[in-house]
Amino acid sequence: MRQSLFAGRWRIRLPSSLDGAALRVTKTPPVTRKRKLDTASLSATSQPPPEPKRKASKTTHKDSIAQVEAALPATPQTLTSDKGMDSDDDFASVASSMELGEELSSSVDFGAEDSDVELEDYQDDDSAFETHAKQKPKRKAFEVEYKVYSPQDIQDQQDKQVAEVAALLEQPTEQTAILLRFGRWNKERLIEQYMDNQEEVLDKAGLGQNMSSNPPRIEAIDGFMCDICCEDTPGLQSYAMNCGHRFCVDCYRQYLAQKVREEGEAARIKCPGDGCNKIIDVKSLDLLVTSDLTDRYHELLMRTYVDDKESLKWCPAPNCVYAVECGVKKRELAKIVPTVQCECKHSFCFGCTQADHQPCPCSLVKRWMKKCEDDSETANWISANTKECPKCHSTIEKNGGCNHMTCRKCRNEFCWMCMGMWSEHGTSWYNCNRFEEKSGSEARTEQAKSRQSLERYLHYYNRFANHEQSAKLDKDIFHKTEKKMTLLQSSSGMSWIEVQFLEAASQALQQCRQTLKWTYAFAYYLARNSQTEMFEDNQKDLEMAVENLSEMFEKSTDQLAGLKVDMLDKTSYCMRRRVILLDDTAKKLKEDVWEFNVELA
Amino acid sequence: MAGNKRIMKELAEVRTNPPPGCTVTLADENDMGTWDAVMDGPPDSPYTGGHYKIQITLPKEYPFKPPQLSFKTKIYHPNVSNDDRGAMCLGMLRPDEWKPPNKIADVLRLVRSVLAAPQPDDAVEQGIADQFKNDRKSFDKVAKEWVGRYAK
Repeated sequence: MRQSLFAGRWRIRLPSSLDGAALRVTKTPPVTRKRKLDTASLSATSQPPPEPKRKASKTTHKDSIAQVEAALPATPQTLTSDKGMDSDDDFASVASSMELGEELSSSVDFGAEDSDVELEDYQDDDSAFETHAKQKPKRKAFEVEYKVYSPQDIQDQQDKQVAEVAALLEQPTEQTAILLRFGRWNKERLIEQYMDNQEEVLDKAGLGQNMSSNPPRIEAIDGFMCDICCEDTPGLQSYAMNCGHRFCVDCYRQYLAQKVREEGEAARIKCPGDGCNKIIDVKSLDLLVTSDLTDRYHELLMRTYVDDKESLKWCPAPNCVYAVECGVKKRELAKIVPTVQCECKHSFCFGCTQADHQPCPCSLVKRWMKKCEDDSETANWISANTKECPKCHSTIEKNGGCNHMTCRKCRNEFCWMCMGMWSEHGTSWYNCNRFEEKSGSEARTEQAKSRQSLERYLHYYNRFANHEQSAKLDKDIFHKTEKKMTLLQSSSGMSWIEVQFLEAASQALQQCRQTLKWTYAFAYYLARNSQTEMFEDNQKDLEMAVENLSEMFEKSTDQLAGLKVDMLDKTSYCMRRRVILLDDTAKKLKEDVWEFNVELA
Repeated sequence: MAGNKRIMKELAEVRTNPPPGCTVTLADENDMGTWDAVMDGPPDSPYTGGHYKIQITLPKEYPFKPPQLSFKTKIYHPNVSNDDRGAMCLGMLRPDEWKPPNKIADVLRLVRSVLAAPQPDDAVEQGIADQFKNDRKSFDKVAKEWVGRYAK
């Protein structure tokens, strides 16, 4: 144990610290200027690499050794801090512990890092949007480009598009907004249609012609009776759009409140008039919607923007307000599993918005879920309690003592024990000892074949369900982990940063189990060939890594501190195995290498 | 309730000038929210001679929300659910199609027209709809049987 600790420290600190720096500089052009300067000055002064290492081991006590170990692999950050150490030891130790923590979390939490990367990679005309990212030049095969937007981003995006189109169509922005919502935010098509037949588009969008010259207003009309509430009090305030369907303001407002609050409509509310399809425009709405509804109304308007765009989806996590943009189209879903991670950390599939189901394509997920819904428990029971009629393969439960079975469906008579024809039993009634008879053994082979498919399903289902269950238990582990972390801090004197390895390990476990779970659904639909065998090898490797790591959580708190390096190793090994499996599977999915035993819709 | 005056007016209209083949009463004179209608089976349909009790429930948001309809008399029809609810699937009664000026008399007129001409493509009872489309004779036969059994 001690040996490997030691060796690990030396091995990693010495050569890779510089390698890491060089790598980072060449690979990622847009590092901050400060960091560039730091690394540059470092190589300029050509500080001998072993120097800081020796210093560190000489000057620091037990805790900082642990810190240093946490930093594998070493990075520019450690170098900068090492450099600082020359001038000010105290400052350096503070700085390094902070940076180490940062490094630790990013080196373990692949998901978070990946998502950041994609944010920056994404090139779009809306470069104004806030992105928080470092750059990584090459994406893994299982990763996709995507961007996460805050509600403000989405609003800005809409405003920008409205402004663009407004300038083009020479329409006021409010009207353009209506037009765009009417055209479901398909700019190009809207512009085309508008150019073709301006009046028709305006009319259909609920923007009649003399809107600007003679705008509708709330007024009292003599002899008016509201068709909704049947009020006809003189002086009753009423409103009608230019379709002429006039209602009293109270009814109009209640109608809108009903639509906005209860039915969640905003952009396409129709005139209350019987059979009238005119859409209530923003001006009318502004006039009529009461102030307590405006927030909800604007939120709904924004929602329609996201709902209407194929490339935008709301994060399905409860109460999450972010939306994700991803260019993967529906028809590509047989080739790719577009998994995205929201700001809120929820990972989900952009294709079907189910929770992360890599590496299994959406259509197989759907198929699998349906199968499990219908089958799992029933299949278990069938497998345990029934046999099939050797002739018509109806499933039969033996519910009484006698072995003389008569199939209710095809009237075939057979022996429950040997599955052979009853007529061949001759005089050996109720005492089957005829195992070697031909009809019996043939029937048993048949039976075995059909049972095999059931057993096969159960094989995959049980493993799938096991990982799902374990993932739930992992949630418990996570909470226990938090407690352990607090305990560790007080018992071993480690800082909060230093016990983060537990959380990292627990997160890795969850993520890997999620992946493993879906590998079983995926494998169920794979045809047997060498590719599948390779897949199963990868699956086995990941599974072993996961179980090894999972086992460590059983250890008592006082042992945990000593297992830190081991745990870190196992955590990063798990994540590596996961990446290997996902990358390989995604590549083959893209290249159509997999052979499935079902149609991939 | 904003609709009180409206409901009174509607009720008065329906009582003095009911839609063809319908009579409407309040289930309880103190409760404007539940109406009982009795509808005669339309002539030239298998339902002729039958009398169908239909309960109409007005939600408290009426007329901003559509009324709910329930056949209290069993009827063999593709568009009426064959269960306790006796629900009828009418486009007009869907929340996104309902318009506040629509009246219950309009709904009753529509119900009667659907009784006269079932819409098998918009069915709640798929089995009955299939029979209606493919084997009109047996459909008519069962429908008539049910009239005798339940709707006299």
